[in-house]
Amino acid sequence: MSPCHFLPHGESQHLFDALQRAGYQTLAPQVRDGALLLAPLEQASQLPWGVHDQQRAGHYRLNQDQSPRAFAWANGPQALKPQLFAPTEPLWRVERDASGKLNFQACTPQVSKRALIGVRPCDLAALAIQDAHFLGGERDGHYAARREGLLLVAVNCSHPAETCFCAATGDGPAANEQGSHDLLLDELDQGFVIRAGSAIGLALLEELALAPATEGQLAEALAQQQRAASVQQRTLPTAVSATLQGRFDHPQWQQVAERCLACGNCTSVCPTCFCHSETEAPALDGARSEHRREWDSCFNSGHSYIHGNVVRHSGEQRYRQWLMHKLAWWPEQFGRIGCVGCGRCISWCPVGIDITAEAAALCQGGEE
Amino acid sequence: MSALRQPHEAEVIERVQETPSIYTLRLRFTDPAVHSAYRFAPGQFNMLYLYGVGEVPISIVSDPQDEFGLGHTIRAVGRVTGAMARLKVGDRLGVRGPYGRGWPIAEAQGRDVVIVTGGLGCAPVVSVIHYVLKRREHYGKLIIMQGVKHADDLIWREQYEAWSHLPNTQVLIAADQGGAMWPWHVGHVPMLFDKVNLDTTNSRVMMCGPEGMMIAAGKGLLEQGIPARDIHLSMERNMQCAVGKCGHCQMGGQFVCKDGPVFSWPEIVARLGIKGI
Repeated sequence: MSPCHFLPHGESQHLFDALQRAGYQTLAPQVRDGALLLAPLEQASQLPWGVHDQQRAGHYRLNQDQSPRAFAWANGPQALKPQLFAPTEPLWRVERDASGKLNFQACTPQVSKRALIGVRPCDLAALAIQDAHFLGGERDGHYAARREGLLLVAVNCSHPAETCFCAATGDGPAANEQGSHDLLLDELDQGFVIRAGSAIGLALLEELALAPATEGQLAEALAQQQRAASVQQRTLPTAVSATLQGRFDHPQWQQVAERCLACGNCTSVCPTCFCHSETEAPALDGARSEHRREWDSCFNSGHSYIHGNVVRHSGEQRYRQWLMHKLAWWPEQFGRIGCVGCGRCISWCPVGIDITAEAAALCQGGEE
Repeated sequence: MSALRQPHEAEVIERVQETPSIYTLRLRFTDPAVHSAYRFAPGQFNMLYLYGVGEVPISIVSDPQDEFGLGHTIRAVGRVTGAMARLKVGDRLGVRGPYGRGWPIAEAQGRDVVIVTGGLGCAPVVSVIHYVLKRREHYGKLIIMQGVKHADDLIWREQYEAWSHLPNTQVLIAADQGGAMWPWHVGHVPMLFDKVNLDTTNSRVMMCGPEGMMIAAGKGLLEQGIPARDIHLSMERNMQCAVGKCGHCQMGGQFVCKDGPVFSWPEIVARLGIKGI
């Protein structure tokens, strides 16, 4: 672990400057359309100073007060997923000449070096899962191109939302020191305790030439991490994966299906959901066509389409697919559950379906 | 981008109309280097791309060493397969592959090969039949058992007839409804098991067809004494990327496109026949 330094709030711009000098485009959270979103941002003064989020089932609102902090909130609807796994993008193009000959061409995304500032520990955990999915086995070139030039400035969570349960999944509120971040921050009222997690992060820290963090600052950061864990109310049942294996025919699936709109909001905001469909976009003149991919959802009927039929035709079956994949089958694929406790699917569900409440109802009575 | 993710141009070199809705396309990559470098195993599939329309996963029915071209037997059921039916000799399309895990042909060497198919699901096992017949000395008996709903549904009738006359080869066909001049059996596939001499200690079973048929046949074969690990089956699900990324083919924790499509009975039995999985 690298030594901890202290970056006063008044000097936050120095971090942005150092990243920009190193050739990175800086992206940071900012308020857009009533939510916190990652977008290009060059001035530390434009960070969401004093912004707080209120989240509960089916509810997300921002408000502002005189807080001296820039990260006094839990999260926005997007994790890192859209930065790496594009919501829609071309995979390849094909041109057809007059003789009918087809000429296929790859579409490789042109990506500049990007520094993401304000990454949450749950987002880092989700990133590790998406890395395993897209880079493991047959390597996904589009994801890999965006992943390569990425620098991650993580900020430990000090203000978890009511919907958060990262402490239960083991993915937060503080990042694992061995995580994939380049820099890791704890925000205090006066500034940031900052340490490096990679060689690039270490070089940046040296360039910033900051004073070491004091014992008092380190103790405050640690106490804040512990408080952020202890205030979390939601959790997942013990042995959730094994217990769910025996609950495939539970009446709760029908019960939740009566509330679920099958809108797919949960899969859109989920930082680990990776399903995508491939679609064709032919040009009007018939001379070329583009083969695209876009995010898909297991709540869509087409997701399980097979020669004229669908495998999962009811909302009950689709909700079961989503929850079982996330909590019961994911370990078979990736060695851990597919949920990092970010709570987004709870806040952004229009009818407030709560994955932790559904899992609890399904697992009542424990493993059989 | 990896070559596995982007099609190569191929040309239709032969087209056979098998039934009003089933056709076979023989394809050859237009780049000779691509064609000669292409290798596949029986049971694997390709993604066929129809210009401007889209892609569809289709198993390969020809023999891996057949220089003539890659055979794909297709039933016109959907948007892509319906439009693909209009391709003629000389037309171009895109092919990427091969994908997935094929049949255990190496492990089957020296053993009897028992093929069980149903409905129109016989295409993925036809590649194995061709494979075994071309390398007859490496395999024991070849037993082919096919079930169809109605006698009229049987495609390749002459071919089954021809196979049935080959040495050390047995062909049994059962139709739920026989019809006039039906020379085979009437009933379901498992009824055929009593009519063949299964060597339970030295067979490899390869099944393909509707899930219900495979469940019934698998249970019947287990009752006959065939060990579960010697029974293999080919599964079908929606596939769009074919490399385990797009998520559509998942059956529980398994990706049918890359963990299958061929599974051994113990690998997949817990998920067979479960509605909505």
